[in-house]
Amino acid sequence: MLEIHGLTGGYDKKEIVRDVSFSLQKGRMLGILGPNGSGKSTLLKMISGILPLTAGDILIDNKPRTSYKQKELARKMAVLPQLHAHAFSHTVAETVALGRYPHQSGLFSQWSAEDEAATTEAMTQTGVAKYRDEELEYLSGGEQQRTFIAQALAQQAELLLLDEPTNHLDLEHQRQIMDMLKHEVATRQLTVVSIFHDMNLAALYCDELLLLENGRVRAYGAPAEVLTEDEIAQVYHTAVARFAHPQLATPQMALLPNIEIAQNRVTLEQFRVENEFVHLKATKPLRTLSAALHNPGFGWFRHFLNRTVDAQYMCDDAHAEMKNYIKNHHLPIEQTVAMMTAVDVKHAVIRRYKEEDHEIFVMVTAGVGNAVDAARGHLHAEPQRVGTINLWVIINGVLSDESFMQAMMTTIEAKVKAMQDGEIYDTQTGTIATGTSTDSVLIASTQSGQNYEYAGTITDIGKLIGRGVYETMIIALDDYKRAKGWIQ
Amino acid sequence: MKKHVVGYTVSFALLVVAAWFAISIGSVKVPLSVLWNPSSADAASANIIWKIRVPRVILAGLVGAALAMAGAAFQGLLKNPLADPYTLGVSSGASVGAVMTIFFGISSSALGLYTLPIFSMIGAMVAMVLVLGFSRLVDRSMKMETLILTGIIISAFLSSVISLMIALTGEELRQILNWLMGSVSMRGWPYIKMIWPFLLVGALMLWMNRKELNALLFGEERAHYLGVNVKRSKWMILVGGSILTGCAVAVSGTIGFVGLVVPHMTRLLFGADHRHLLPLSIINGATLLIVCDLVARTIIAPSELPIGVITSFIGAPVFAYIFFRQRRKGR
Repeated sequence: MLEIHGLTGGYDKKEIVRDVSFSLQKGRMLGILGPNGSGKSTLLKMISGILPLTAGDILIDNKPRTSYKQKELARKMAVLPQLHAHAFSHTVAETVALGRYPHQSGLFSQWSAEDEAATTEAMTQTGVAKYRDEELEYLSGGEQQRTFIAQALAQQAELLLLDEPTNHLDLEHQRQIMDMLKHEVATRQLTVVSIFHDMNLAALYCDELLLLENGRVRAYGAPAEVLTEDEIAQVYHTAVARFAHPQLATPQMALLPNIEIAQNRVTLEQFRVENEFVHLKATKPLRTLSAALHNPGFGWFRHFLNRTVDAQYMCDDAHAEMKNYIKNHHLPIEQTVAMMTAVDVKHAVIRRYKEEDHEIFVMVTAGVGNAVDAARGHLHAEPQRVGTINLWVIINGVLSDESFMQAMMTTIEAKVKAMQDGEIYDTQTGTIATGTSTDSVLIASTQSGQNYEYAGTITDIGKLIGRGVYETMIIALDDYKRAKGWIQ
Repeated sequence: MKKHVVGYTVSFALLVVAAWFAISIGSVKVPLSVLWNPSSADAASANIIWKIRVPRVILAGLVGAALAMAGAAFQGLLKNPLADPYTLGVSSGASVGAVMTIFFGISSSALGLYTLPIFSMIGAMVAMVLVLGFSRLVDRSMKMETLILTGIIISAFLSSVISLMIALTGEELRQILNWLMGSVSMRGWPYIKMIWPFLLVGALMLWMNRKELNALLFGEERAHYLGVNVKRSKWMILVGGSILTGCAVAVSGTIGFVGLVVPHMTRLLFGADHRHLLPLSIINGATLLIVCDLVARTIIAPSELPIGVITSFIGAPVFAYIFFRQRRKGR
């Protein structure tokens, strides 16, 4: 649909865009990214014919752009420039109706039913139909922007060039406009080239990205290839961290601000065993990875609860019940991670391990009444029953994502070893159990102090975790056995 | 759509009423019945009506229509609410032509009565070529700012030429000043015959660009994207508006405010869509100037005031109000 070869040019004699090439298939969306002054708008103006080229070719539908007559081009390609102020006001309907200009010809051209249908649809799609008789100057920036998007849509061109279409729009309308464009791309084979300021938004919606730096193409390809931490850090001179979108297979970028991170340290005194729960209250949020009931996964939390519930606890919506519980104890719901156990928390074992500069805390509540051998779990028929090993490992240090996963592995391996050495059997199969069916694990770190790139079993921190979890588990298991009268 | 039907109906009714009164009222009262039934008129009344009043009213209407339409187009094209037909300096050229004719006492037997308006129109065309040519020389894309600035430069220069001639003149001073303040009296049919073809051409050039003017209101860039041949439209609007202005000034002098106020009032009442703004401005411009001329010649009868005094007297407060409203709105 659009082919650009070696495009060079800019304002007057000054070349701003240099040797830019890309091509875009019909029914695809291309996002143009780049820092201020990298030539994004200049490139768009050159493609749309406002600025001259000093070199290069632009092919639209395999024909040079210059071979199109003005109105013909406007039927093929609609352009949304950035929003400017106007001296006089048209109404919204009049503004959108102007999008039909290239479809009308002759001195006495009539407004056709087709024109009416196109403008009405465009206004509906952008949600401006309700303002149709209002004057543009009385509308907000976002409403004006949507009116101009409607104008461009009313042109019914196959190719759409947009200069920051989501500028001035709030979150809802950003999503609405981008969803609508994506829908048009998918259903009507619309082809879109759009400048974006927000690279995360671009990554969500675009099939391809073009990253410009000083008027040249720095990277071009699928979002996953273009949006790399190194590339963005170099082009924008800003540290970023790449993370996965929770639902879509597209990268997202988080800004890493250049600010001093305050020291944060967990101490044994911050652990409290209350009536019904173990409560760790950190002074600052800890980076956490857990399989907790409330707020699982990765996150940042200040409060950590391990709560005892009755062995007969049955609840249709354990999540809501837990939320209520947290609220009733005047803890901030969004800053709290919470898990449940049938074990009375007076049996909770909390220990501190320190080796040179490395320091961790381990908390265990172990109820192994319904222990399971993971290798033979398929032999268990009945539904889950209470009987839980809850394990916390809190680390004073900085952990990478990789070390978080390794710390988790080390913790679980140490737990399994403790089950083995503690001779806990799966009653169903008669084999050594590896845990229970409802175990939970939590790894948390202060993210200040010592740096841990890895946390495997023979790294400094891994050794501490392995030993700490194993020893604490053994103590907790002995405690459990004593309570059950299995040992003296 | 309904708003425009009302607009045309009201505007046209006002024009008819204004013309009616302007024809019947004057130093010699002509009974309305004469107008109903011209055959019953005595010879004197018929003469007054057909030789003096009717051409005067028609000329006032044509001049008002031309100025208002040119004003509407220039405001739209220049995207400037303060623009009027005189912004581009074409009127100053026309004035220089006319004042030179009076100052040097130019009279041509071949041109006769037409000497002054023809020199004036030549002045207008020279000024137009100067402004457009210089703008193009400065900036090939002829940005609006360039046009406005060039207009101001040329106007200022030509005004100084006029001032010089006024300063050096003796007995013709009153004649020059009277011409500058504008009047449509004692022109008669020949003037109308002289200018109407030009007015028609100018008006057509603007009317053909009514949709383009709508698009240009959003700036040349957006208009370009909408498929408007911006360069061609701009030239047609500039030349068309200049022809209208030049003709109007040549026959009636620089009558102020019509071209500024009428488009604004029309826009406020009936919207900014040029498809209706241009014709409505024509009708309302004609009405306003017919009324102003009526007031100018009756208010201190038997003497006459220059029509420019009345338009400015009415126009300035109206414009002040519009200006106030616009600023308040911007906040």
